[in-house]
Amino acid sequence: MNPITTVSGTAYPWGAKNIDTDIIIPAHWLKTITRAGLGRGAFETVRAQAGNIFDDPRYAGAPILIAGDNFGCGSSREHAAWALADMGIRAVIAPSFSDIFSSNAFKNGIIPVVLPQAAVDRLLEAAKDAPVTIDLETMTVTTGYQDRFPFTLDPFRRQCLMEGLDEIGLTLAQDTAISKFEGGLREQRPWIEERRGYADVAVEGARRT
Amino acid sequence: MNTRPQTLYEKIWASHVVERRDDGTCLIYIDRHLVHEVTSPQAFEGLRAGGRRVRRPELTLAVPDHNLPTTPRLGPDGRLLPIADPESAQQLDALRRNTAEFGIDYIDATAAEQGIVHVVGPELGFTLPGTTLVCGDSHTSAHGALGALAFGIGTSEVEHVLATQTLLLSPSKTMEIRVDGTLGYGVSAKDVILAIIGKIGAAGGTGYVVEYTGEVIRGLSIEGRLTIANMSIEGGARAGLIAPDDTTFAYLKGRPMAPSGENWDRAVAWWKTLPTDAGAAYDRTVTLHAGDIAPSLTWGTSPEDVVPITGAVPDPESFADPAKRIAAQKSLDYMGLSAGTRMQDVPVQHVFIGSCTNSRIEDLRAAAAVADGRRVADGVRAMVVPGSGLVKRQAEAEGLDRVFVSAGFEWREPGCSMCLAMNPDKVPPGERCASTSNRNFVGRQGPGARTHLVSPAMAAAAAVTGRLADVRDLMGAK
Ligand code: SF4
Repeated sequence: MNPITTVSGTAYPWGAKNIDTDIIIPAHWLKTITRAGLGRGAFETVRAQAGNIFDDPRYAGAPILIAGDNFGCGSSREHAAWALADMGIRAVIAPSFSDIFSSNAFKNGIIPVVLPQAAVDRLLEAAKDAPVTIDLETMTVTTGYQDRFPFTLDPFRRQCLMEGLDEIGLTLAQDTAISKFEGGLREQRPWIEERRGYADVAVEGARRT
Repeated sequence: MNTRPQTLYEKIWASHVVERRDDGTCLIYIDRHLVHEVTSPQAFEGLRAGGRRVRRPELTLAVPDHNLPTTPRLGPDGRLLPIADPESAQQLDALRRNTAEFGIDYIDATAAEQGIVHVVGPELGFTLPGTTLVCGDSHTSAHGALGALAFGIGTSEVEHVLATQTLLLSPSKTMEIRVDGTLGYGVSAKDVILAIIGKIGAAGGTGYVVEYTGEVIRGLSIEGRLTIANMSIEGGARAGLIAPDDTTFAYLKGRPMAPSGENWDRAVAWWKTLPTDAGAAYDRTVTLHAGDIAPSLTWGTSPEDVVPITGAVPDPESFADPAKRIAAQKSLDYMGLSAGTRMQDVPVQHVFIGSCTNSRIEDLRAAAAVADGRRVADGVRAMVVPGSGLVKRQAEAEGLDRVFVSAGFEWREPGCSMCLAMNPDKVPPGERCASTSNRNFVGRQGPGARTHLVSPAMAAAAAVTGRLADVRDLMGAK
């Protein structure tokens, strides 16, 4: 992943609440076996409506999306983050995010910025005619007007974003600790590893004919 | 020795910490990993690209469910018939190839044990109390019914678990949701969880792991508990737990993948130490009284939009929150409903009995009890999709299939089906469905489809009356 320190540009001043992952990317787009190209399906049902925000030329290609409470609720599909990334979104600002979406966003270089509702309301106004900047160094959101809103991020996730770290690689470096834990597991809860495999338990003669 | 009273969640968490970082995040060991075809291909692709292997293939179990057609699948030779949709076929194929390549246990679409991943896990005894269990699917919360800390993860995390058997997580806050009293006539586990979500809201549980407690929860079967824990995510909570007890042990004993012999005794002894200690503190407690819960359903496009069946479509103006007012009006436009309409006057064209929320044997029994001796109303298409091949066989052994078929329901092959309409089972635009699934989102059951979430008995009542109906009016008398 590429390191990120700032995201700056126009923002979609959307503000809608409870935007679920079925809205971000409908299920029929999930049949892919790659991560690419999902931008075409992003917000498909919203974009089917005339005058929708995503097809408004004023915000075309905006890297920031401003939304309402509970953004990304619903399914765990990482396709939602892939779709946003593919349509060029690098940050979403909202009063709250679903836990799973937020973690998926981080892993795809999208910053989920949590700000209080009042700040989000102000940004929804300001973004109509001014660019918005999210700075991970100073941990602030600023606008072309004099707005300045501080936010917080999990320090580890912030570091991963700013340094473009590969989380799997980082964890694999903890191999000794994991092996040690597995040793204890074999002692304390042997039934975890001694699971009977499917081949041994398959119901006999139970092919579905 | 730590003697501070602990919650069930804290005990499971503490027993899975591989390493604790200074900022409080922990590397957590994952005991059980379920995989299905939709959210895994990119994870296996990532492993290959990084030249990485699966650390503990024996802790993972894979089964296809989302994409499979629910029409008869096997040809006369016992092999899978070609899947019409080339993209679905490609995903199913990818799962078969990936699991073979990485040495992961795989239940094929042709096997009797195939079914929805969240039905299969508990049913085979793969899901166990006190384990950490993950799956690239948000309804993984269901497995919390057996006292597993179970939650949905994204595809990057699926890859992380495959490669390392761990996840880096921050501890959650804890919420107790206590349901006291005794459930009324005709009120099921589904009504309880709908009432809970109606009360806390779709984002009410965000950042929390919920533990369901109280007389009502204790009295529920594992199947009812699975229905409740399944929808934890609809209330925003990533996981929902129910303490393991004798009901849990009796359910698991003898299941094919559950421990046996000496391991069984050791496991039970450990599981008995897990329930929340007296005096342990939750960050938040919410209490509901069973007597206040009626057979319930949703009217809008968020699972928090809940009313009792005796109620009416609410007036958007009645909501204090301006954003909710706008959302409610949009929901009503989408749902084709107007404020003040009695829920029982709303006609339906489709009924779907299935999904990981309500497709187990008890759900089918409850629906069949209402359908028995009645007929699906004219103009209604009603579908029953068992959660797994084993549920289907059990139902057939009990004659439930004949009850449904002679009442005019379709009896299908197991899978996710109309819950998310990734396979050919869809509700056409503008048509209305009483569904036992868990999500009433815009377009969830097909573009333009209108969904009302209900219990299995209420779904059967809707099928035979042709409208959203109070199942209590149909119980007993025929
Ligand atoms: S039945 Fe529905 S909710 Fe459950 S796993 Fe399948 S698609 Fe997801």
